[in-house]
Amino acid sequence: MEKHKVLIVDDSSIIRQVIEKYLQGYNIEIVGSASNGKDALRIFKEKKPDIVSLDITMPEMDGLSALEEMIKIDPNVKVMVVTALSDKATGIRALKLGAKSFLAKPFTEQKIKETFERLL
Amino acid sequence: MQEIDLHFFIDSTINYFKEVTNESVSTGIPYIKGKDPVVLEFTGIIGISGKRKGSIYITATADMLRDLASTLLGMEEVNEDVLKDLVGEIANTISGNAREAYGADFLISVPVIVQGVAEDIKMPDDVETYVIPITWKNYKNYLVVCLED
Repeated sequence: MEKHKVLIVDDSSIIRQVIEKYLQGYNIEIVGSASNGKDALRIFKEKKPDIVSLDITMPEMDGLSALEEMIKIDPNVKVMVVTALSDKATGIRALKLGAKSFLAKPFTEQKIKETFERLL
Repeated sequence: MQEIDLHFFIDSTINYFKEVTNESVSTGIPYIKGKDPVVLEFTGIIGISGKRKGSIYITATADMLRDLASTLLGMEEVNEDVLKDLVGEIANTISGNAREAYGADFLISVPVIVQGVAEDIKMPDDVETYVIPITWKNYKNYLVVCLED
């Protein structure tokens, strides 16, 4: 079975590392990581991941703007928004823009796994 | 700022440490910041705009951040860049979670990090600034909140 290609986007390097650590054990390949929406889009076009873990509050380009662009490029991409912006309105907006799941920070290993498994 | 505002940030801080470390954190009685500086080795500052205006910062010791980073990453050695990153992420998470109470018009900036014990972190003079002592394990740190009504 082919591995899922995953891109991890967060302006915090420690969060990127923690997500990668928690996702070890799944049949995935981490094809890239980015600290802002602009770099994320560049890697997205180049590596064509099928799953993206995406933060919202980031410099250069925020996650929701990046999400819109990603969906335009690949409407089938599965995006999991992982953000400290835990209000319902932000969650609904992300889902309307095309995200498949939404997880508020802070998260536990169990929560990130549950959210990720919904995408598989 | 109202008492309820302080509760939002205290609850958010307690929740952060509970979720991330599975350990409890205790918060001391908040007080109004005077002229004495409230700055430890690493500080993560978030600017607030939109419905409310102001600043929120968390200031922490290197030892606390090193311990927390080790817990998160499962490794003993972490460098200073990780500590800076982590203090910013804590500030970001606590501030972002406040949107559950204030709604999507509570806009937060990306974190600004100050390393080293600065003279003080400048906050507006005309708005009261509250200091919330936070103790995780034996490490004492501070959450500082200044919001216009």
